Amino acid sequence: MLKHTALHAEHLRLGARMVDFAGWDMPIQYASQLDEHHAVRASAGMFDVAHMSAIDLIGAQTRDLLRHLLANDVGRLRDTGKALYSCLLNHAGGVIDDLIVYFMDETWFRLVVNAGTTDKDLAWLRAEAQAFGVEVRHRSDLGILAVQGPHARERVHPLLPPELAQRAGEMAPFSAAWHGELFVGRTGYTGEDGYELVLPHDELRCIWAGLLNAGVAPCGLGARDTLRLEAGMNLYGQDMDETVSPLECGLAWTVSLTDTHRRFIGRDALEAQRLKPARKTVGLVLEGRGVLRSHMAVRAANGAGGELTSGGYAPTMKGSIAFARVAADAVGPYEVEIRGQWHAVREVKPPFVRHGKVLV
Amino acid sequence: MSNTPTDLKYAKSHEWVKTLPDGTLLIGITDHAQAALGDLVFVETPKVGRVLAANEACCVVESVKAASDVYAPVAGTVIEANTKLGENPELVNDAPYEAGWLWKLQPANPADVGGLLDAAGYVASLG
Repeated sequence: MLKHTALHAEHLRLGARMVDFAGWDMPIQYASQLDEHHAVRASAGMFDVAHMSAIDLIGAQTRDLLRHLLANDVGRLRDTGKALYSCLLNHAGGVIDDLIVYFMDETWFRLVVNAGTTDKDLAWLRAEAQAFGVEVRHRSDLGILAVQGPHARERVHPLLPPELAQRAGEMAPFSAAWHGELFVGRTGYTGEDGYELVLPHDELRCIWAGLLNAGVAPCGLGARDTLRLEAGMNLYGQDMDETVSPLECGLAWTVSLTDTHRRFIGRDALEAQRLKPARKTVGLVLEGRGVLRSHMAVRAANGAGGELTSGGYAPTMKGSIAFARVAADAVGPYEVEIRGQWHAVREVKPPFVRHGKVLV
Repeated sequence: MSNTPTDLKYAKSHEWVKTLPDGTLLIGITDHAQAALGDLVFVETPKVGRVLAANEACCVVESVKAASDVYAPVAGTVIEANTKLGENPELVNDAPYEAGWLWKLQPANPADVGGLLDAAGYVASLG
């Protein structure tokens, strides 16, 4: 029996093709996945991501707990609502999950974590939180709605209490503003500007209806995947998992080692690896027709090998792109094996697309 | 509920066949197939002049989800391929029985078409 979000009936009403994602019945696409992708880059699209979880951490020692748990340093979060993207690591330096953490106040931080890892994350957090006396509250009373695109924010503002709309309109990217349980984060997974709204299920339905009325396109998980890949963003479970360190999957920039006294979980393993990492991730663009896909074999000019972690068709680029995990000493140019034939690919530094513009 | 025109013949592997007035065959994939594949991004049609055996894989349709083979419903020679699909692969999604046709075949044996499924038979085969 699959789980339903607050918008499940809406997805069916709109004729969405549904799929089981992490035990939730979720929309993959409504009419055309490609049209949905283009709508986000050109204007505004919205995604029901209520299968993801908001977790509130409450207590006087919450900041200390998170400085102990997260590879990125929440010590840097001083302004109300400021957010960070971070990995949660195990003792071997492998990634348990990637998440966004918001500083709410000195006794309250909010995490947004992936759907498939929620249970695992909660167990880990609860075990570690005990020593710090921090309460871990899974906010299953709240859903999450992502509204993304150059016009996304202005479509949301009229649907918020005016005072909240004002504060949201003025805040910098990677910040949040809230009013009661209505939470607006200027974050996203598409490479476009926009919001991720965290709010009670009834309010979420209302805002969805208001946005639909304003012409915002409903978008499914299919478009979500093509957008994030073009934006150079990792997908947990595909681009990294517990056997992969952030240094190996392009996330070294999310690891803060500056404060040498901050011995976060996994730090020792990362410091040992930094001198000689085993693997690295590169961005690839296929020259010519065809589609790169996960698990295709890659070979480097110097004989080193590897495989694609994420790959697919990039609608804004009208071609195919991928992330490849290869031996750390691999040197391009690279080739990828597609259905028995080796094809030339161009190595690039992600992101591939940002704010609607192709960068590579 | 997908569309399966009654004036066409079908293969279980989701190809449709239309016999043209001059006896040549127009071939494409069904509405059921295009819906299952999702948005197409590339189509690799067979080369003109290629001789095909019945059920030979001769065309590749690549969607956002996966690449799939398309098979020759009957034996024959490829006499034309739909060149519009190079720029506009989505024609297969939007009009699978009209503008989204894949290739034209000169059948080796015109009677072979009789052995294909009719619309009811194809729908029944979908289970």
